[in-house]
Amino acid sequence: MAENVYFEDVNVGDDIPSFTRQTDLMHWNRYAAVNDEFVYIHMDDEAGRAAANEPGAFGMGNLRWAYLLNMLREWVGDEVDVRELGVQFRAINQKNDVLTCVGTITEKTEENGDHLVRLDTNVINQDGVATCPGHAVVALPSRG
Amino acid sequence: MAEELTTLVTQEMLDSRDVWSEKVYSRPISLNDIIKWGIAVYWPDDPPRIYWDEEYAKTTKYGGIIAPQDFNPFAWPVPRPPARELPKDPGVGERGMNGGQTDRYGVPMRPGDVISTSSALVDWNERVGSLGLTIFTYTEIRWENQNGELVKSRTSVGIRY
Repeated sequence: MAENVYFEDVNVGDDIPSFTRQTDLMHWNRYAAVNDEFVYIHMDDEAGRAAANEPGAFGMGNLRWAYLLNMLREWVGDEVDVRELGVQFRAINQKNDVLTCVGTITEKTEENGDHLVRLDTNVINQDGVATCPGHAVVALPSRG
Repeated sequence: MAEELTTLVTQEMLDSRDVWSEKVYSRPISLNDIIKWGIAVYWPDDPPRIYWDEEYAKTTKYGGIIAPQDFNPFAWPVPRPPARELPKDPGVGERGMNGGQTDRYGVPMRPGDVISTSSALVDWNERVGSLGLTIFTYTEIRWENQNGELVKSRTSVGIRY
């Protein structure tokens, strides 16, 4: 099934299913390979420390962006219609961090025939640090 | 004693405000690049079938394989752009950070699409904060496909201090 969720089935305040990854060089190197993002701070601990990140190399913000979109796709299904995604990058993704993307519905609206939900989103690490506060707008199918 | 800066707005910024850059075009998007992108961002799980299984994708409302919305058709340009030189001892206004970004999505990218990109500095504001004189710049990037349909509009916030 390409869609799992309908507009009428969700409510303001609902948490959507989270999406989790424990990230390390296996993830970062693959992402670097597709996005042409071979930057020493993402590959080499010495370069990471030289950039004032004491633990060493650290992950790409763009990969967390991808994980947020993955969360929305896994929630709604393959026919998900993400209209908007916005984030601020507030904390670094360290090696072996367990990143959990989360989302909470904050608004339901109908505009020009579209059934839209707005969500507060974030990427939380294993220490509970909110690394990427942001928002998303998703158009959901309607049973109507 | 050096004169204290009162603004980080440059003449170059004033001249370029709302001036859209010439469009740059991607190579046609390849199915293989979409598949590899899906593998990378879903690793270690397999990516969703809509990114690699044509028969399945035909049964969805998209009618075929689409790319993840974060897919970058401008990766791996040839010729290679020059590496950006960062100042070794940055002064006021030369230090920077990413202030975040917001994407508004239009039609999905598909195999064979050729995407154009254009950008413009659209706004800025300055304030004196904990980092001293700080400027927030707002840049818009617009991607369209070969049919002139909007794929993505991104607003990026840059911070210099």
